[in-house]
Amino acid sequence: MTKILTPLAEHDVATRDGLWMSPADAEAVTGWTLKPEGMCRADRCVPLHPSTLGTDEVDVAAFWTKLGGPVVASEQHDVWALGAPADERNAALEGLEAPDFTLPDVDGVPRSLSQLRGKKVFLATWASW
Amino acid sequence: MVVAVAEESRGAEHARPWIEQAKSDYWQLIDTEHRLEDLYNLVNVPQAIWIGETGKIVRPPETAGSTDHFRRMNLETRTLSAEDQAERLAARQAYMDAVRGWVTTGKHALPADAARANLPRITPQIAEARARFRLGVWLHANGRVAEGDMQMAEASRLHPDSWSLWRQAADLDEVGKAGGPEFWKRVRALGDKPYYPPPKL
Repeated sequence: MTKILTPLAEHDVATRDGLWMSPADAEAVTGWTLKPEGMCRADRCVPLHPSTLGTDEVDVAAFWTKLGGPVVASEQHDVWALGAPADERNAALEGLEAPDFTLPDVDGVPRSLSQLRGKKVFLATWASW
Repeated sequence: MVVAVAEESRGAEHARPWIEQAKSDYWQLIDTEHRLEDLYNLVNVPQAIWIGETGKIVRPPETAGSTDHFRRMNLETRTLSAEDQAERLAARQAYMDAVRGWVTTGKHALPADAARANLPRITPQIAEARARFRLGVWLHANGRVAEGDMQMAEASRLHPDSWSLWRQAADLDEVGKAGGPEFWKRVRALGDKPYYPPPKL
């Protein structure tokens, strides 16, 4: 199994030759669905080059790179990270909608920014270092 | 509502003493992978984002009450002059007052165009740095320390403006290293550039 880290999750997926995987796994990892038009999410489809499609499999590294997202791997290529595309992050911020997130509190209880809708939120970072 | 997020790849237990000492009644969250920095393009701590009732950003990421007075610290005694200490506390108070002013009257919230204009721009290099940092933290946490360090070093090379990436990696290497001689060397290399750009209040 290959470990794939995405901005919000971790996945253990059967892959070959990099990040070739089944369309179902590709959808679970990326949130994009393989359709005849390409990889699709909501009303957007990204056409894929035929060389990145096989019999019931898709090259997710090639797709993610085409999307503009960084694809990096460990030396043994057993752990990969797919980063958020810069354009996607910029577009989200320029809309000024505060990106939602869920993080645990110190006792492990998950908390989401969206739970605070209707209140002003002063969101601040700190660190022990 | 205050939401305080610890950018802390060593995990919750490492942050717990500070959180318990704060005795806060607001959320204290733990961000081991620095997800918030990825989402909001943050580069240092403390930084803050002001979010209005409708979920819109009304002040983009900015320094939250800290100043550059520490750069004049006497490194032997770890102390500031009385004047610098007073100025530092005054700046912190001014920022706290601004936050309170926003909560009670709406003052200091920026119009959408101004908020948008002050957003930090994410580049493909920054996006790659975030991915490498995420991979580095995972490798580090799973016993592949040297390889993790290499990924985090590459992240810092790609995004040299991020103090968080560099300091977190230094801290994972050894607690205290994030504020050690290499840190001060990097701070001195800033020259006239600020370490904590003051918020435009």
